[in-house]
Amino acid sequence: MTEPAPAPEPGPDLELDCRGMICPQPVIELARAIHDVAVGDVVAVAATDPATRYDVPAWCRMKEQEYLGEAPAADGVPTYRVRRIS
Amino acid sequence: MSAGEEQGRAVRPVYLDSASSEPLHPAARETLLAALDRGYADPRRLHGPGRDARLLLDNARAVVAESLQVRPDEVSFTTSGTTAVHLGLLGLARARRTRGAVIVHSEVEHSAVHQAARWGGEPLVVGVMGDGTVYDGDLVANSVAPGVAVCALQSANHEVGTLQPVGEFELANDVPLFVDACASMGRLPLPSGWSALAGSAHKWGGPAGVGILLVRTGVRWENPFPDDDRTDHRAGGFENVPAALAAAAALQTVMAERTELNARHHAWIERIRATAESLPDTEVVGAPDRRLPHLVTFSCLYANGEALVTALDRRGFGVASGSACTASTLEPSHVLAAMGALTHGNVRVSLTRDTTAEDIERFCAVLPEVVAEVRA
Repeated sequence: MTEPAPAPEPGPDLELDCRGMICPQPVIELARAIHDVAVGDVVAVAATDPATRYDVPAWCRMKEQEYLGEAPAADGVPTYRVRRIS
Repeated sequence: MSAGEEQGRAVRPVYLDSASSEPLHPAARETLLAALDRGYADPRRLHGPGRDARLLLDNARAVVAESLQVRPDEVSFTTSGTTAVHLGLLGLARARRTRGAVIVHSEVEHSAVHQAARWGGEPLVVGVMGDGTVYDGDLVANSVAPGVAVCALQSANHEVGTLQPVGEFELANDVPLFVDACASMGRLPLPSGWSALAGSAHKWGGPAGVGILLVRTGVRWENPFPDDDRTDHRAGGFENVPAALAAAAALQTVMAERTELNARHHAWIERIRATAESLPDTEVVGAPDRRLPHLVTFSCLYANGEALVTALDRRGFGVASGSACTASTLEPSHVLAAMGALTHGNVRVSLTRDTTAEDIERFCAVLPEVVAEVRA
């Protein structure tokens, strides 16, 4: 279900460190933080929990936000990027 | 407060997890008890008790064959649904090993199919739509690739209830189709178009430890495991004659009961679907109409699946979950992931033949407060 990797982009406007959290906490953090950025801005969620890979795209579909894809952080932890569009 | 008690009032515990295992059907229990004292001997022996065991085993096979409208020599009793899947899928593949080792299957197959394909072949996995229905065009297109030995598709999904279009497409190049019918056997008619098919007795109210393997007459099948010198060349090990007979009796009875039961279950599941859909940030997963009659799955955003299962259990409701926190592997359900569905906060409800209208009303009454409590 992974989206095609986007072209290299500038860093996110907000990065959430959800390393070590278990589901559904990373998605709860994302839902809280999305209102802290402007429409058009990008939030990145760095999470070690395996369910986050599926739940961030599902959250974007349910809450009408744009899922941009996944890229590894410097420490190799997957980071899921979301653009606020609503 | 113990499970099944709420506010000091004793409440009948309500088991809503028949998709994991249906309680033993009274017809199975009665037959099992009657057969336990008779079916102990080796059905291959020529003495009286051996002949008696053979008679019971042949009777079990005949009843299953008649119920499923297949030939008795197409029916094998295995030691589980999983074993029937292994034998059916890998036996078709082994008979075509000169052609190749590729096993094409949908992404939402039971883990028994995923694991068997990895163990005994080269899996080629085909994706599904958002409601869990396989892209059957991709299944057909991939099955003509070089080296394909066999294609596998479930009759219905065990986690979300979506029916697959088995019998609605044709595979080219004589590629055989293996069908895992464990989730639907007994409840729904067998689909057409299969070369081998697997079922599991404890899903329809038979005893655990009995699987059904069907292999169509004329289909090439070779034992993927060491041969055993038993009454049935497809199934190894000493036959559990009383359990096979009990499974057959339950199958015959549930098929006689199912028209009425399925209609009732279908309506009750509709009621639970509507209740779940009315909850905030909750998504019902799986096909709304082309589905098993007795099963529904939904996911609640921001809720922990294990907490939902535990909170419902405290109120007397036994349900399952595909969320990672409820799995021994700590991986979320591969079915939900393949569908792009939310994997956390997941609950699967599946009705038994003993479920009552009152159970459904009580469940629908407590669900909103349970979800709110877990989210808080």
